[in-house]
Amino acid sequence: MVALTGETDLFTAISLLTAEAEEGEFHAPTIAEFYPPAFLFEGTPFEINRIMMIRLIVMVALIVLFWLWTNKFRKSVKTGNVVPGRFQLLGEMALNFVRKSIAHDQLGEKDGERFLPLLTTIFFMVFGMNITGIIPFANIAGTSVVGVPLVLAAAAYVTFIYAGIRRHGMKFFKNSLFPSGVPVAFYTLVTPIELLSTFILRPVTLALRLLMNMIAGHLLLVLCFSATQYFFFHAEGLTQLFGAGTLLFGFAFTLFEILVAVLQAYVFTLLTTVYIQLALADEH
Amino acid sequence: MDAVNIAELSGNIAVVGYGLAAIGPGIGVGLVVSKTIESIARQPELAGRLQVTMWLGIAFTEALALIGLATPFIFA
Repeated sequence: MVALTGETDLFTAISLLTAEAEEGEFHAPTIAEFYPPAFLFEGTPFEINRIMMIRLIVMVALIVLFWLWTNKFRKSVKTGNVVPGRFQLLGEMALNFVRKSIAHDQLGEKDGERFLPLLTTIFFMVFGMNITGIIPFANIAGTSVVGVPLVLAAAAYVTFIYAGIRRHGMKFFKNSLFPSGVPVAFYTLVTPIELLSTFILRPVTLALRLLMNMIAGHLLLVLCFSATQYFFFHAEGLTQLFGAGTLLFGFAFTLFEILVAVLQAYVFTLLTTVYIQLALADEH
Repeated sequence: MDAVNIAELSGNIAVVGYGLAAIGPGIGVGLVVSKTIESIARQPELAGRLQVTMWLGIAFTEALALIGLATPFIFA
């Protein structure tokens, strides 16, 4: 075992833990999976490790994708040839999904159009970074380290507070913290709960829900595939057959991860929309 | 007199903690989805609206299980 003194920080502890495992012995994934070594600009705040590289690639890919889709759309509107091809159809369906079934359904036409840029960005950014968790050479989700979920949750937080203040002015805080229809004596109980749940727990759970889903999914996938490698190459005799079982489970779980990637993008966007809607709602 | 150890367990209590934390949300998500299935069976024309509400309910109840998953890392 490793003896840790008081001065050892988290990163040293993690690297010591990973160095402990010997060759030929099974090493289960640890949290060190999410702290790969930096290969560029090491030591500066801008250091690039594998996860940051994946995020940058996804960002460029999303920009290129959207540019292609909107360019094609603009050209097709100009020439009057409005029947989309397959690639264009994919883009239009995805964008329309966010627009119709999330923004317009929850917020109505006018407010839906107002907040659509943020909601589209959140949906595609979360989906793009989640799906790299199963893409063969990336194999880790860009959202599995706290930065991206935190930033997106902060954006959603600022937006719903902005929406509330724009619609109701400072009465927004009074309406959310002191809901109407409650006897005055109960405010000592209700207001702290409302403060906690509306202004503290909403952004925290938005970020944590996305982050933990991606962390848990990644750890399970790494466990399945490293177990498969261990069984096929380092085990003796009949236990090698267990490798087939873990490989099959790995395949099944990869499919499940695709579902989780889409679902988490949808849930994040939907929750942001619902928070905006609740902030915009008038008093009964 | 010194305390005598009559039985000893070793392991990580964080694992037990997560297992306990997952009971509530497990039952909760089951309730949400079962109520949605029931409502869709009663009024199939509302299926779209009910499905959206179901995803919202699942997100809220699952949040607690995920926070339970995060606590061992927070209190490292």
